[in-house]
Amino acid sequence: MSAPAKLPRWAELGLLPLLNLLAALVLSGVVVKILGESPWVAGQLMLRGALGSQEGIGYTLYYATNFMFTGLAVAVAYHAGLFNIGGEGQAYIGGLGSGLVALWLGHLPFFVVGPCAVFAGAAFGAAWALVPAWLQARRGSHIVITTIMFNFIAASLMTYLLVNVLIKPGQQSPETREFGAGAFMPSASDVFAKLGVTLAPSPLNLAFFLALGAAALVWMLVWRTRWGYALRVVGQNQDAAVYAGISPPRVIVQAMLLSGALAGCLGLNELLGAQHRILIDFPGGAGFVGIAVALMGRNHPFGIFLAAVLFGALAQGGSQLAFDLPKINRDMVVVIQGLVILFCGALENVFRAPLAAVFGLKGAK
Amino acid sequence: MEFFPTPLALAFRRLAVGAICATVQLAPRAVAADFSPAIIFDMGGKFDKSFNQSAGDGAARFKKETGIEVREFEVTNAAQREQAMTRFAQRGTQIIVAIGFSQASAVEAAAKKFPHVKFAIVDGSVDLPNVQSINFREHESSFLCGMTAAMASKTGKVGFIGGMDIPLIRKFAAGYAAGAKFVNPSAEVIQNMIGTTAAAWNDPTKGSELAKSQIGRGVDVIFHAAGNTGGGVMQAAKDAGKLSIGCDSNQNYLHPGSVLTSAVKRVDVAVYQTILDAKNGTWKAGPIVLGLAEQGVDYALDEFNRKLITPAMEAKLNQAKADIIAGKLKVAEYKAK
Repeated sequence: MSAPAKLPRWAELGLLPLLNLLAALVLSGVVVKILGESPWVAGQLMLRGALGSQEGIGYTLYYATNFMFTGLAVAVAYHAGLFNIGGEGQAYIGGLGSGLVALWLGHLPFFVVGPCAVFAGAAFGAAWALVPAWLQARRGSHIVITTIMFNFIAASLMTYLLVNVLIKPGQQSPETREFGAGAFMPSASDVFAKLGVTLAPSPLNLAFFLALGAAALVWMLVWRTRWGYALRVVGQNQDAAVYAGISPPRVIVQAMLLSGALAGCLGLNELLGAQHRILIDFPGGAGFVGIAVALMGRNHPFGIFLAAVLFGALAQGGSQLAFDLPKINRDMVVVIQGLVILFCGALENVFRAPLAAVFGLKGAK
Repeated sequence: MEFFPTPLALAFRRLAVGAICATVQLAPRAVAADFSPAIIFDMGGKFDKSFNQSAGDGAARFKKETGIEVREFEVTNAAQREQAMTRFAQRGTQIIVAIGFSQASAVEAAAKKFPHVKFAIVDGSVDLPNVQSINFREHESSFLCGMTAAMASKTGKVGFIGGMDIPLIRKFAAGYAAGAKFVNPSAEVIQNMIGTTAAAWNDPTKGSELAKSQIGRGVDVIFHAAGNTGGGVMQAAKDAGKLSIGCDSNQNYLHPGSVLTSAVKRVDVAVYQTILDAKNGTWKAGPIVLGLAEQGVDYALDEFNRKLITPAMEAKLNQAKADIIAGKLKVAEYKAK
């Protein structure tokens, strides 16, 4: 086994992922064909559903916001050599923090509630990541195991709170009352209406721009600060880090706190932006999709942005597909997502050797 | 707004025209083509062999009897509920039936946006002039099942396995426990919940393990209210030679001789009726509560469990049923606080 062939940078970052994506879509088309629908029609419906109208784009970016927060969370931990599977639980508890602020301070104007909710979401999410982080840093308990377990603890805690404590009296559904109007994250259509531009209504809201800001912040922190350098050194070689005077346990805890805080911001989009109440299971698996998004985006904020939009488009376009073609149900959408993850993650090197041959480079033998 | 360059848009329009032509050709077959109902299943999915599936059966019956297509959608996340309702409403659907309590807030939002569209919600309450709220008195059928369990139990210990610890499932559990104690005041009711996430409704392995653990503690009749997970509960009871009680749909046929009875909830009838009423113009908004009296809930007795229910048990059950209907026997309802 020799090392995989090195491709030109543009092919490595642009062409290869595109080829992988294309292969996944072609295979999805075959499955659609087997189900008895035209892959061509299905592809158009999906594309139009995701990007063909203002409403579709709104939903796509709204889903992408969730995936950006959780994707960034996974990436930050990854740079410190940690695999944070606990994004789901951190997002759940972070949302509890933002939601509690929204419930208590909802009568105040948004410029007061908003920052408090951001802070509370990040703080709660970070707090939920603290125990696994500390156990990893000081006791060597593997972070993959502890964060998975913390997902279940988070779910149990939230079910208890929503069923017994926070539930709006006299209803079946375990969810809180609606937040006060001051706690609604301004929606994109409202913001643009003030600027004189009319947008079709969608759940897209200010949290999208917060997610973009978070991506920029992560980029700066990881690649442009001394702390980011320490983070990457710990991730690549702990012995070297110690030799350089960096304390790996401290960096591990700090990285996980930041990771948890980023995941904890999901509630800003999902609860303050769209649902306007705390409801059961609101992260809806976004914490796990974040892992795929981070891997596909090569753990770089810009890549994560692109991957998040892709998964947002798959979610929105897929629901449009299930809506318009009765033979295609929601499980088919999961199949397509699975194929994209498979080709862009596990099989990413399939096209590397042929591409290298095309470029006249020496491929892997 | 067209975001697409012309070739694709053109292709799409051609498709749309094609679709319209196809509809025109089919027109003679679809008589009341103007009427278009829709049903939205919640996250459990249409094929959960239990609650959602029962609703789907109701829609299928309507389609079979009238030839009118019922559009459907299964949601995968919270945001899709209102989105799907909006889409259906914008495409000229007259009645939208939402299945499951978690859709209540989405129905409320959508019903305000589309006051001319009829909405129905099963297992939830929305107080708006264009919403019909259909609820069941599950505690009544659970009470009868609790009685059956206590009468059939030799050990005096009966089990309950719920999906998630949410108010609706507590309603089942409370009715069941009350029924068991009504027959045998010293009966012991052992309760377990499967989990704390939506995965709890679809985890037969865990259902089977919990059932085995209850059987190990001396339980010999187990009632499940856990959707698809219940399959594991019933299988474990059969393997151990014990009895189980089915839920929502009539599940007596699954393991004849081992399934004591089922707490039947006629979601299918309710869905069928509300769509039919909307078609015939007799639909009314407001709350609808279906209990034993309305035959909305019941315990199931058929050829598969005939041998398990002795004439003495049946007489006692029917007496209790009549008393509940007449109001002589009050079944306390679990109240969400």
